[in-house]
Amino acid sequence: MLLTRLKSLENWKSWLWSFVRLMLIIGLSFVILYPILQKISTSIKDKADLYSPIVVWIPKTFTLENFKDAIRIMDYWETLGNTFALSSVTTLLTAASCAFAGYGFARLKFKGSNLLFAGVILTILVPPTTILIPIYLNLKDFTLLGLIPLLTGKSVNLLNSYWPFILTALTANSLKAGLYIFIFRQFFRGIPKEVEEAAYIDGASIGQTFTRIMLPNAMPAIMTTMLFSFVWQWNDSFYTTTYLTTSKVMSTQLTSLPYNLAIQLNGDINKSDPFYMSMVQDTGILLAILPLIIIYLFVQRYFVESIERTGIVG
Amino acid sequence: MKTANELDVETVEPVKKTGSKGLSYKGQKAVWGFIYVLPWLLGFLFFFFIPLFLSLQYSFSKVESGPGGLSVNFVGMKNFMDALTVNTSFNRTLTESIINMVVNVPLIVIFSLFLAVLLNQKFFGRGVARSIFFLPVILASGVIMTLESSSLVNAINEQNAGSGGVLNMLGSFELARMMEQAGVSETIVSYLTGAVDRIYQIVSQSGVQILIFLAGIQTISPTLYEASKMEGATGYEAFWKITFPMVSPLILVNMIYTIIDSFSRNDMTTLIRETGFAQFNFGLSSAMAWIYFICIAIILVISSYLVSKKVFYHD
Repeated sequence: MLLTRLKSLENWKSWLWSFVRLMLIIGLSFVILYPILQKISTSIKDKADLYSPIVVWIPKTFTLENFKDAIRIMDYWETLGNTFALSSVTTLLTAASCAFAGYGFARLKFKGSNLLFAGVILTILVPPTTILIPIYLNLKDFTLLGLIPLLTGKSVNLLNSYWPFILTALTANSLKAGLYIFIFRQFFRGIPKEVEEAAYIDGASIGQTFTRIMLPNAMPAIMTTMLFSFVWQWNDSFYTTTYLTTSKVMSTQLTSLPYNLAIQLNGDINKSDPFYMSMVQDTGILLAILPLIIIYLFVQRYFVESIERTGIVG
Repeated sequence: MKTANELDVETVEPVKKTGSKGLSYKGQKAVWGFIYVLPWLLGFLFFFFIPLFLSLQYSFSKVESGPGGLSVNFVGMKNFMDALTVNTSFNRTLTESIINMVVNVPLIVIFSLFLAVLLNQKFFGRGVARSIFFLPVILASGVIMTLESSSLVNAINEQNAGSGGVLNMLGSFELARMMEQAGVSETIVSYLTGAVDRIYQIVSQSGVQILIFLAGIQTISPTLYEASKMEGATGYEAFWKITFPMVSPLILVNMIYTIIDSFSRNDMTTLIRETGFAQFNFGLSSAMAWIYFICIAIILVISSYLVSKKVFYHD
């Protein structure tokens, strides 16, 4: 008798918990999705609907005007191409250089390698603003240890080109690269030493061991690094607004969207009102993150799987 | 009979001799290790270490860029004094961003641990829920966050929705009253209601942290939970006695990550950049950056020390 009552009590408790959990998850999901839903709703709204008190979510008159305006002002297709090219190049270079460095720190120990790894940690911890100005000045008059002036007579200005991104990515010092080196190092440390030794005994050189044995095993770490690096580079406004001033990439275009919009609409008294501008800006944000969301839909399952196996936790 | 040790030595030795370039396996490894690390090392020197040193130098100097290049003149502590006593917004921005950090970091860490535990349980639609909760990883970074806060459409929508906004306020107000009557101290109440009001900010900053915690939870061996269940432990006890100690090293990781993640989007960064690039006062800007860095370093050291005392390590 008592047992059955207890059982039903347990049952009740688990039901209650399921309910609470469901509510929490639905509620928080809503909090996360709310801005996106709102942007979608705003972007298809007509201007008149903005002031109509009965329209909150579903617009009375659908329009694609906002999209047209945002695409025109942002120069969307060109911007998209540029951003995609920039992000992919830096992603590939960063992943490669960080994999090398991570493997070097994890398995190929040499004198002082631990000290250098402390340097990696330092790059993670120091705010990028601290070193921003010297880097900026350095890139403005780039000399490469005085080599370039020797050859051409004067220094080159690397600002407003993709070179700063390529150079920092190539040398594993781009945006948050310290973190990727850390991920790779942890991962390579997790692969048993025997695997490597077996390869070596079978006659593989260290380079071969790395490319043929270790890299294929490190696929989860590579995926994680590439995902993060791509997304962060895409959204980054810190470095892009410093290095690039006129080049058309997504984050600079988004930052200057309100400004460009104001110029464009200045003549048109009908349209220059702050709410309309805000509406186009929301559409612009939606357009900027749309490619990321599409990519995310395809790769999100690797996201969870890969981080589980990267050994970041080990 | 040979011991295992002797066998080992014999198998390794011939390899040593046949190694190319006449180097031992270990020696080769060291050379290649240096070669592998070299690209990073070059970048570290040119894009990190030298700039860091220069920035320290600038912070003690008056930097002027003229036609003949950059002139750097030593002025002592003047820039630091300017930042702390003359500049109108530096002190306020610094305290604000530090207070924000101190307030938000524990909230984000606790919240993401809670959500990771939740998302680790089996329930209908877990895959969908997980992909929604990781969405902030791609959305809430950089420029999107900055623009979002200035959106006017949000304001007008809230006005139109009318009751929505009121209800929200009423909710946390009622909550506050309830807790105060229950005898909870006022600071804690305002901290918690503040957290409820800033829920979007917190959720959107905890994507990566949830990922890390989730990964950590999944490495815990299920036998531990089975054993505890056999002994009659409830889910609550299992969390505090198994899950929490096992993921405690990750609390440190996540705390540090949360702190460094806030660099890219706070007012301090904006102020430092503006001083540097809008007013071209490189010396003052560097000094501000260094003061900020020192504050962060102190917070990092103190919090790591406090947390690492409590952390449980397996070995």
